[in-house]
Amino acid sequence: MEFFLQQFAAGLTSGAIYACVALGLVMIYVSTDHINFAQGEMAMFATYLAWAMIDAGLPYWVAFGLTVLVAFAGGFAIQRVILKPLERAPVLALVVSFIALLSIFNAVAGMIWSYTIKQFPSPFPSRDLFGNGLVSVQQLGVVGVTLVMLGLLTAFFRFTTLGLAMRAAAQNADSARLMGVRVSWMLALGWGLAAAIGAIAGMLVAPIVFLDPNMMTGILVYGFAGALVGGIGNPMGAVAGGFIVGVLENLVGSYVIGNELKLTFALIIVIGVLLLKPAGLFGRVIVKRV
Amino acid sequence: MTTSWAMKRGVGVTSILFWIVLALLPLIGFVSESSSFDYYMFMGQSMLIYAIAVLGLNLLIGFNGQISLGHSAFFALGAYTAAILMNFGGWPYWATLPIAAVVCFAAGLLFGFPALKLEGHYLALATFTLAIAVPQLLKYKAIAGWTGGVGGVLLDKPDPPEWTRLSPDQWLYYVCLAAAILLFWVVFNLLRSRNGRALMAVRDHSMAASTMGIDLARYKTIAFGISAGITGVAGGLSAITVAYVAPDSFTLQLSISFLVGLVVGGIASLPGCLVGGVFIVLVQNSAQSISDWMKATFALRYDVPAWAIYGVLLLLLMYFLPAGIAGGFAQARTWWTMRGRRGRQQ
Repeated sequence: MEFFLQQFAAGLTSGAIYACVALGLVMIYVSTDHINFAQGEMAMFATYLAWAMIDAGLPYWVAFGLTVLVAFAGGFAIQRVILKPLERAPVLALVVSFIALLSIFNAVAGMIWSYTIKQFPSPFPSRDLFGNGLVSVQQLGVVGVTLVMLGLLTAFFRFTTLGLAMRAAAQNADSARLMGVRVSWMLALGWGLAAAIGAIAGMLVAPIVFLDPNMMTGILVYGFAGALVGGIGNPMGAVAGGFIVGVLENLVGSYVIGNELKLTFALIIVIGVLLLKPAGLFGRVIVKRV
Repeated sequence: MTTSWAMKRGVGVTSILFWIVLALLPLIGFVSESSSFDYYMFMGQSMLIYAIAVLGLNLLIGFNGQISLGHSAFFALGAYTAAILMNFGGWPYWATLPIAAVVCFAAGLLFGFPALKLEGHYLALATFTLAIAVPQLLKYKAIAGWTGGVGGVLLDKPDPPEWTRLSPDQWLYYVCLAAAILLFWVVFNLLRSRNGRALMAVRDHSMAASTMGIDLARYKTIAFGISAGITGVAGGLSAITVAYVAPDSFTLQLSISFLVGLVVGGIASLPGCLVGGVFIVLVQNSAQSISDWMKATFALRYDVPAWAIYGVLLLLLMYFLPAGIAGGFAQARTWWTMRGRRGRQQ
C-alpha cells in the first residue's frame, strides 16, 4: 500500500509537469488551431537560459521571473516573425515549420551549452513533508506551482478584458475582428503565454531529469497525451489530463509494463484517445458541417 | 501542384538516360586511382537509400496528403527485419528485402487504420509519438534476444558474385540502384493508373473524391501501407550496406531528415526524391565543413550543427520555394515556355 501511495505521489508530480506542457500546447491550440511540436524544445531552451542566469550568480527566483518574461517575449516574437507569414499556409507547411523550430532550438542549445547533462537547482528542499517517506516538499512545490499557474490563467481568461478578447479571437476570429479585436496580435499573445508556461514546466522538470538538450522529448509526448486526454481545446481539461496521464504512467510503469516501455504507453494513450474519444474527457465535440 | 507528367505516356527519354548515367558511375572505379572511391560508392548507396525512403514518404504526403513524422519507425522495422533474417535465419541479403517490404506494408496498413480517422495535425501528432517511442521499444529487454537491445545487431557485408569483379561497395551500389529503379518505376506506374489518380483526388478534395465513388478509407490505408513498405525496403538496404543496426539510428531525427529530403526535393515530385536523397547525404557529410566555413565567414564562436542548418533551410523553403528544388525547376520551365508562347503571339 505504501509503495502504491509513493508511486501515486510521484505520478502526481510528473503529472504536474505534463499538465504544464499540456497547458502550453492548449494555449496555442485554442488560439491558432495548431499543434506546436516545438513546445518541448522551446521549454528546454528557456530552461537553459535560466541555468545560465543562475550560473552567472542571480538568485533563483529572479532568474525564474526573468526567464518567464524572456520566454514570453520569445514566443511572441516567434509568432510575429516566423509564423505570421504562414498564417494561411496549408497544414503541411505549418508542421514542417514547427519541426524546423524544434531542430533549430535543439541544435542551438547543444551548440551553446553542449550535450553534457547539467544539474539544475530546485527552489524546494527535497526533504519529506510528514517524515514518512510519502510526499516530499519538492513534489508538493511542483504540484503547487502548477495549480497556482492554472488559477492565474483561469482568472486572466475569465476576469480581464484582454483574456476575453483572446477567447473571442480563438472562438470566432471574424466576429472578433468586427468587434475591434486585433486577432493576429491575440495569436501572438497566445504564443507568448505558451512559451512562458513551457518555461515554467522546463524549470520544474529540470531538477528531476537533469538539464540536457533532449530532456523534453519524452515529456512532450506525455504532454500531448495529457492534452488529448483532457480535450485539447480546454485548459482545465489539459491540466486534469496531465495529472491523469502522470499517475497512470507511474502506476502502469511500476505494476504492469516496467519503465522500459513508458513511451510506448504514451503512444497507446495518444492513439487510443484520438480513435475512441477525439474530443477528450472534457472537450467539446466539434461537428464538421458538410 | 503540377503533376502534368502523370498524363504522359511511357517513361521519358531523359529519365532513362539519367538512370543509365547513374548505373555507369561505379565503373569509374576501374580507372580511378582514388583511394576513397569505395567511400564515394558508400555515399552513393546512402543517397539511393534516402531517395527510396523519401519516395515512400512522398507517396504518402505529396500524393495522398497524409502527413507522417513517423517514417523512421518503418525504416527501423525494415532494417531490423533484414538484420534478423540475415543474422538468425541465415537468409541471403537480397531475399530479406521483399520480406522487409511485406512486413512494413502490413505494419503500415495496421497503423493506417487508426490514421484513417485522423487528419492534418492529429495524424502528424500520432506519427510523431510513434517516431519517439520506437527507439525505446527496440531496446526493450524481452525482445533483446532478437534485436540485440541497446547494442544492436552486427552483420557481415555481403560479398559480390565472383564473376562481376566488383568491390563490395560497388556491388552494393548496384543492389541499391536496382531497388531504386524498380521502386521508382512501380510508383511512377502506380501514380499514372486509375488508382494513382484516386490517391491524388483524395489529397486534393476528399469530399469530392468520395462523391465520385472513391473509397477514402481503402485508398488512405493502402497508401499508408505502400508508403511504409517502400520506406521499409530502404531500411532493409541500409541494414545491408551499413552492416549494423542499432536503436539510436532510428530516432525522430531520421524522420526529420526524410522530411527535409522531401521538402528540399519537392513535394509530389518523383525526381525530387532523388534530389532530396542526395541533399540529405551531402549535408550530413559536409556538416563539419559547412560549420567551419560559417564560423570563419561570420566570425562565430560556436560550431554550427547540421540540425540548425536543416531547420533554417526548412523555414526558408516554406517561405520562398514551397515546391522544393525540383518543383522550382518545373515552375521556372513553365514560366519560360509561357513567356516564349506569349512572345510568339505578339
